[in-house]
Amino acid sequence: MMLNGAEDEEKWLAEGIAGIQHNAFYMHQALDSNNLREALKYSALMLSELRTSKLSPHKYYELYMRAFDELRKLEMFFKDESKHGVSVVDLYELVQHAGNILPRLYLLCTVGSVYIKSKEAPAKEVLKDLVEMCRGVQHPIRGLFLRSYLAQISRDKLPDIGSEFEGDAETVMDAVEFVLQNFTEMNKLWVRLQHQGPGTVREKREKERNELRDLVGKNLHVLSQIEGVDLEMYKETVLPRIVEQVVNCKDDLAQYYLMDCIIQVFPDEYHLQTLETLLGACPQLQPTVDIKTVLSRLMDRLSNYAASSPDVLPEFLQVEAFAKLSKAIGKVIEAQIDMPAVGAITLYVSLLTFTLRVHPDRLDYVDQVLGACDKKLSTIPKLGDSRATKQVVALLSAPLEKYNDIVTALRLSNYPRVMDHLDNGTNKVMAMVIIQSIMKNSSCISTPDKVEVLFELLKGLIKDMDGADVDELDEEDFKEEQNSVARLIHMLYNDEPEEMLKIICTVRKHTMAGGPKRLPYTVPSLVFSALRLVRRLQGQEGDIVGEEVPATPKKIFQLLTQIIESLSIVPAPELALRLYLQCAEAANDCDLEHVAYDFFTQAFVLYEEEIADSKSQVTAIHLIIGTLQRMSVFGVENRDTLTHKATGYSARLLKKPDQCRAVYACSHLFWVDDQDGLKDGERVLLCLKRALRIANAAQQMANVARGSSGPVTLFVEILNKYLYFFEKGNPQITSAAIQDLIELIKTEMQSDSATPDTASDAFLASMLRYIQFQKQKGGVMGEKFESIKL
Amino acid sequence: MVLVLAIGDLHIPHRAADLPPKFKSMLVPGKIQHIICTGNLCIKEVHDYLKSLCPDLHVTRGEYDEDSRYPENKTLTIGQFKLGICHGHQVIPWGDLDSLAMLQRQLDVDILITGHTHQFKAYKHEGGVVINPGSATGAYSSFTYDVNPSFVLMDIDGLRVVLYVYELIDGEVKVDKIDFKKTATTHATH
Repeated sequence: MMLNGAEDEEKWLAEGIAGIQHNAFYMHQALDSNNLREALKYSALMLSELRTSKLSPHKYYELYMRAFDELRKLEMFFKDESKHGVSVVDLYELVQHAGNILPRLYLLCTVGSVYIKSKEAPAKEVLKDLVEMCRGVQHPIRGLFLRSYLAQISRDKLPDIGSEFEGDAETVMDAVEFVLQNFTEMNKLWVRLQHQGPGTVREKREKERNELRDLVGKNLHVLSQIEGVDLEMYKETVLPRIVEQVVNCKDDLAQYYLMDCIIQVFPDEYHLQTLETLLGACPQLQPTVDIKTVLSRLMDRLSNYAASSPDVLPEFLQVEAFAKLSKAIGKVIEAQIDMPAVGAITLYVSLLTFTLRVHPDRLDYVDQVLGACDKKLSTIPKLGDSRATKQVVALLSAPLEKYNDIVTALRLSNYPRVMDHLDNGTNKVMAMVIIQSIMKNSSCISTPDKVEVLFELLKGLIKDMDGADVDELDEEDFKEEQNSVARLIHMLYNDEPEEMLKIICTVRKHTMAGGPKRLPYTVPSLVFSALRLVRRLQGQEGDIVGEEVPATPKKIFQLLTQIIESLSIVPAPELALRLYLQCAEAANDCDLEHVAYDFFTQAFVLYEEEIADSKSQVTAIHLIIGTLQRMSVFGVENRDTLTHKATGYSARLLKKPDQCRAVYACSHLFWVDDQDGLKDGERVLLCLKRALRIANAAQQMANVARGSSGPVTLFVEILNKYLYFFEKGNPQITSAAIQDLIELIKTEMQSDSATPDTASDAFLASMLRYIQFQKQKGGVMGEKFESIKL
Repeated sequence: MVLVLAIGDLHIPHRAADLPPKFKSMLVPGKIQHIICTGNLCIKEVHDYLKSLCPDLHVTRGEYDEDSRYPENKTLTIGQFKLGICHGHQVIPWGDLDSLAMLQRQLDVDILITGHTHQFKAYKHEGGVVINPGSATGAYSSFTYDVNPSFVLMDIDGLRVVLYVYELIDGEVKVDKIDFKKTATTHATH
C-alpha cells in the first residue's frame, strides 16, 4: 500500500483533474448561455474536487491551479451584470447557498472580488467578512490554498493609501489588519500540517510542508508592498504582530523561514529602527531554529546597507546597532547551549564584519567581539571541528584585511587570546597570514611593546609548542615559515637607537627560545639588524660624560657575540664564522680594536675546531683573508698574530691547488694600497714564492700519481699576482722574476708530460696580450713594462 | 637583441625582507631571455622567484647561499659575447678592479659579472667590461654605508651591449645607460 503511494496519488490527481474538466465543461456552457443557476451549480461541483484529502501539497497545488484558471472565467461572468441580471449584492448572498463549505467559500471570494471592485460596499468590510468566513475551513492544505486564493484575489483591492479602494478613516490599517489576519491563520494551518499523516513519514511531510512556505510568506511580501505601511506603522503594528505569531507558533520550520522572510522582504532602514523587536524575538524561538543563519543574514544586510552610503551611518549610531546586535548574539548563544562552536563563531564573524563596515574606527567594538568569541571558545575543551577552525581564522583575518595594518590589530587585546584557541597547525597558518599581511603592506612595527605582542602572536612559529608533533613537521613548510620569520625581523624598526636596541633585545629574547632547528634562520637577520644599528651609532661613542648611554656599539657587539654564540647548539660553525667576520669589520669601522680582535679569535677557533670539510675550509679561509685584508684597526702585534695564523691555515689546506691559491691570496695581507704602513714587499714576495713552491709540488704529485703534470693554470695565476704587485710598485717584484716565470710556464706547457689545456693557453695568451697592451700604453707604466722581455 | 638581467646579493632573508616593490613590478616574466645571478640569493624561494621571471637562470655561489651546488664561477656565450660570472668573495682584495680584471683574463671572457660589494660598478678596460650589478635589495654591506638597491639589464645586440642600470634612490627608480662596443681586435686569437 505504502509502496503504491505515489502511483495512487497520480491516479487521484488524474481523477480530480477529470472531475474539474468535466464540470468546467458544463460551467462554460452555462456561462455561454448566461445561465447563472447552472453556472453556480457546476462551479460548485467543480470546486468540490478541491475537497480531497488524498493529495500531497505538491499534487494539490496542481489541482488548485486548474480550478483557479476556471474561477477567473467565472469572475468575468460575475462582473458583467447584464449577463446574469443579478446585482453583486444579491450575488454575494446567492453564492452562500452552495451546499458545501469549501466550494461556497471559493465562490464567495470570487464574488467578493467583484463586490469590492463594484464599490457597492467598502472594501474593508467585504475583506473582513471573507477573512472571517474562511475560518470555516480548518483542514491545513485545503485551508491554506483557500486563503492563498483569498490573498491572491484581494492583492489589488486593498484599501491602501492612494488606492481606489481607500476608505475614509484609518483605511490602511484595515488593509494591514486583513493581511495580518490572513497571514496568522495561514501560518497556523501551515504549522498544523506537520501533524497530518502517520509519524513514520514525518521527514517527507516536513519536506512537503517546506514547499508550501511561500504561500505563507507571500502575505509578508504583500505587507511590504502596502504603500501605507510606513516605519511608524511597521514598528507599532506590523512587526510586533508578525513576531508574535512567529514566536507563538513554536514551530522551528516556520520560525526559521518567517524570520528570514521578514529580513529579506522589509527595507533595511526598518530593520535598523526595529532591531530591538527583531532581536528580542531570537531568544524566544525554538532551540532548534538556526538563528545564527538568520542573524548572520540580518547583519550581512545591515553591513551592505551601511556600505551603500555614508549618509546612513548616523542612523546606525543613533540606534546603537552594535550594542543591540552584540547583546542579542550573546543571548542567543547563551540560550542555545547545544549550538555547535562553528555556529557561535559564525555569528561572531558576521558581527565583526558588521562592525568593521559600520564602525571601522571603533577598535574597542572589534576587540569586544573578539573577547566574546574568546569567552565562548573557553567553554569548549578543544577546537577540533575544522569548520569552526576555519571560522576562527576568518575572524582573525578580517581585521587584518580591513585595516591592512598589523599595528592596528596588535592593539586588540583579545586577538592573541582568540588565536590561542587554534590548534598548533592552524595557529601557524594564522601566524603566516599575519606575516604575509605585514609584508604585503610593508608595515613597520616600531615599538618594543608591539614587537612583544607580535612575537606572542607568532609564538607557534618562534618556538616548539606543547604537544606539537615534531615528527610530523614538513621540512619544506618549516623552512618557509622560518624564512618568513627571518624576513619579518627586517620589518621591526625604529629610528631611535634606544628604541631599536630594545626591539633587538625583544626579538633576541623570543628567537633564542627557538631551539637548534630555528636559530640558523633567525640569527642572521637579528645579527644584521643589530649591525645596521651599530652603523647608525658609529662615532657617537661615549661622548656624553656622566650620562648613561645604553645604546653604544660596544654594548651591541657584546650582544652580537652572545647571539652568534647561540649557534653553537645547532651547531652551525660556517654560518657563525661568517657572522663573526661581519662583526669584525663593523668593529673595525667603529675603531674598536679589541672587539674586532675578539671576533677574529672566535672565527679562528671555529675554523680550527669545527670546520673540517675541506671545501668549507677553502671558502672560510678566503673569507678570513678577504676580511683581514680590509682591517685597518689592528696594531702591528695583533695584525701579525692574525696574518700569521691565516697564512698558516692557508698552507695547511688539503688540496695543493687550494693551498697555492690561498697562499698567494695571503700576499695581499702584506700590501694594502690605501694603508701606508702596510707595504711589506719582502713578505709579499715570500708568499708568492711559497705559492710557487706549492704549485711545483702539485705538479710533481700529479706526475707521480697520474703520470701527467696537470695544467699549468696555477703558475699563470701566480704570474698574474707577480704582475699585480709589479704594477703596484713593489720593489721586490722585478721584471727579471716575471720573465723567468713566463719562461717557466712556457717550458712547462711544452713538456711532454703536460696536460694539453686550452683554458690555460688562453689564460697565458691573454696575460701576454695584457703585457703588450701595457707596454704600448706608454707613460710610466709603459716604461715599467718595457723592461719585461717577451 | 637579447635581454640579460644581471642581479645579485639579494641576501633574502638575512639582510632584507624582499625586493623593493618597485623592482618587483618592473621585473615581469617573458621579457628577459637570460638571468645572470652572482649569488647570495640566499634561499630557494628567491631562486624560484628568479626562475619564474626567466627559466634560463645562471647562478654562482655566494658565501651565504643555502644551495651548495652553485658553481664558484661560470662562463657562457650569448651572441657574440662571452660572459663570466663569479660572486667575488674568492677574489682578494674584494672588489679590487685589477684583481677582477685578472679573473676576467683567467676566464677569458668579454664581460665579467661579479658581486659581493653591493656597489654598482661598470668598468671598461682593455680586455672588456667588468660589471657589478650591486645588491638588488640594497642589503647591508661592509663596503658602503648607503646601499641603493640596484640591478643591471644588458641589451646584447651584435657586437654592441647596452647596460641599463636601475637604481632605487630615495624611493625613485633611476636608470642609467652605458654603451659598450666589442672591437674586433679584443680577441685576436679567436
